[in-house]
Amino acid sequence: MSDAIPEFRKAEATEVGITGSALTSGVGARTWSEVAIIVAVAIVVIGGLEFVLWWREVPDYIFPRPSLIAAALVKEFPLILPHLGYTLVTLFAGFTIGAVIGMVLAAVVTQYPLVEKVITPYILVLVTTPMLALVPLLILRFGFGYTPRIIAVALAVGPMVMINAATGFRRTDSAKIALARSYGATTLQMFWKIRAPMALPMILVGLMIGSIFGLLTAVGAEMVGGGFGLGNRLTTYSSMINMPEFFAVILLLSFIGILIYITFFLIGKKWASWQT
Amino acid sequence: MVAKLAIRDAGKRYGDLDALKGCTFDVADKTIVSIVGPSGCGKTTLLWSMSGLHSLTSGEIDLDGQRITGPRPEIGLVFQEANLLPWRNLMGNILFPFEVKGQKPDMDWIAHLMERVGLTGFEKRMPRELSGGMQQRGSIVRALSLRPQVLLMDEPFGALDAFTREEMNRLVEEIWLETKTTIVFITHSIEEAIFLSDRVIVLTTRPGRVLADYPVNLPRPRSLETMASREVFDLMNRIKADIYGMSSTRSRTAAE
Ligand SMILES: Nc1ncnc2c1ncn2[C@@H]1O[C@H](COP(=O)(O)OP(=O)(O)OP(=O)(O)O)[C@@H](O)[C@H]1O
Ligand SMILES: [Mg+2]
Repeated sequence: MSDAIPEFRKAEATEVGITGSALTSGVGARTWSEVAIIVAVAIVVIGGLEFVLWWREVPDYIFPRPSLIAAALVKEFPLILPHLGYTLVTLFAGFTIGAVIGMVLAAVVTQYPLVEKVITPYILVLVTTPMLALVPLLILRFGFGYTPRIIAVALAVGPMVMINAATGFRRTDSAKIALARSYGATTLQMFWKIRAPMALPMILVGLMIGSIFGLLTAVGAEMVGGGFGLGNRLTTYSSMINMPEFFAVILLLSFIGILIYITFFLIGKKWASWQT
Repeated sequence: MVAKLAIRDAGKRYGDLDALKGCTFDVADKTIVSIVGPSGCGKTTLLWSMSGLHSLTSGEIDLDGQRITGPRPEIGLVFQEANLLPWRNLMGNILFPFEVKGQKPDMDWIAHLMERVGLTGFEKRMPRELSGGMQQRGSIVRALSLRPQVLLMDEPFGALDAFTREEMNRLVEEIWLETKTTIVFITHSIEEAIFLSDRVIVLTTRPGRVLADYPVNLPRPRSLETMASREVFDLMNRIKADIYGMSSTRSRTAAE
């Protein structure tokens, strides 16, 4: 265990790419006039789209007008709703499994530099390979139910969480560890009171990126095989050339994505704002 | 007087580099002792060894005649740069040692200390919302909240501007007058060392040994007048000559 004081080594900043501040530096509306402008622009964009599509007589099967999409969403919603549920179950289960494994692995592995060096290439392979590619294989082995999808999502989320969390756990600040040690902190206290809070901003970044990757993988897996989920709706509607319904599902998917982003943004604001 | 801290032939090697070698001196109870010396001479190494965070490679350091082998509750440590935990507010930082030790904090004493250093009302502020001086005062409260018998300070005010620094020096003296905590103070400022201390110890270049040991017999609380006295002026020049002498012998030997 690297609990001994790393004597006099300066804190090693080993952040690559995105840092924790990415979580808290998002843009949000501040005042009512800003809100008004944002709403006005949205109306102009959607209205403009509606107008152009109507004026140029773009056929519905190429790009349906926003009003048609809205109508389809309302009409089909009772039919789509269960599929939304299936997708969320897949996403949530896969995300939880992947995130927990990723975080635990990161916490353990960063304590043993050699182990970390050995397994990092494999994690990188897992991060960079689209887990979607494994879905047909997983379906062969596990059938068309939830199992292959949840595994694919967990495989997409886990490595992403792990690699970011590991960056966080590696940020040992020797002065802070010395501080805790000077009060006789145990290894466990050192972890929960120093290492974990120090890693939290990066863990949150990992969870956010991981959950977005998880959503992609979940929908992709549903498109590849099986008779349920929003991804399955997409293939069904497009094969029937029901474009307004198709776009209504896409709208729902972006809504989920934005919801995920906002959730992590708010968590980051509450728990990781000390970073900046 | 009996020694609170006894440094006996202390030595520390990092690989084949001697950071500290044959360092011997005593720190009397209820006194302030400053340590000055050229950069890299092993001051931090020495202080961390006193705190029990480092082990020596030779010699020993005793607290009340008992060898220090690890962190001790009687010894408080103030780090260079306040070293507050940025994810906790000020009070959370001050209570941190109690949390780790599973000990009930003496809230009256903490409130008194907060008042003393002028931080009352800032308990809920996050470290980044506090100035450097306030952060360092917070870290002093954190160290004193456990009522240590010995306070070790490693260039605590090195990063502060001259004004804040003088203010902090007065504060340390006031706290000392109230608590009579034995203080070992490392600094790069000879003036700061003289202002605060009952003794100033000058270390040699690496490996650090005691080069000179000057008593400072000035009345307390010390004032601008005391600091402008002939005595202080002379002492300052002697210490400067010690340190300058070392650096010039070093550059001479380096040139040869
Ligand atoms: N972990 C370490 N490994 C190797 N050498 C070290 C280590 N820590 C310190 N040293 C070396 O030991 C010597 C003394 O270091 P130390 O930090 O105690 O000096 P210092 O007097 O506190 O310096 P400064 O005045 O710059 O703070 C330096 O030459 C330093 O490079
Ligand atoms: Mg130092």
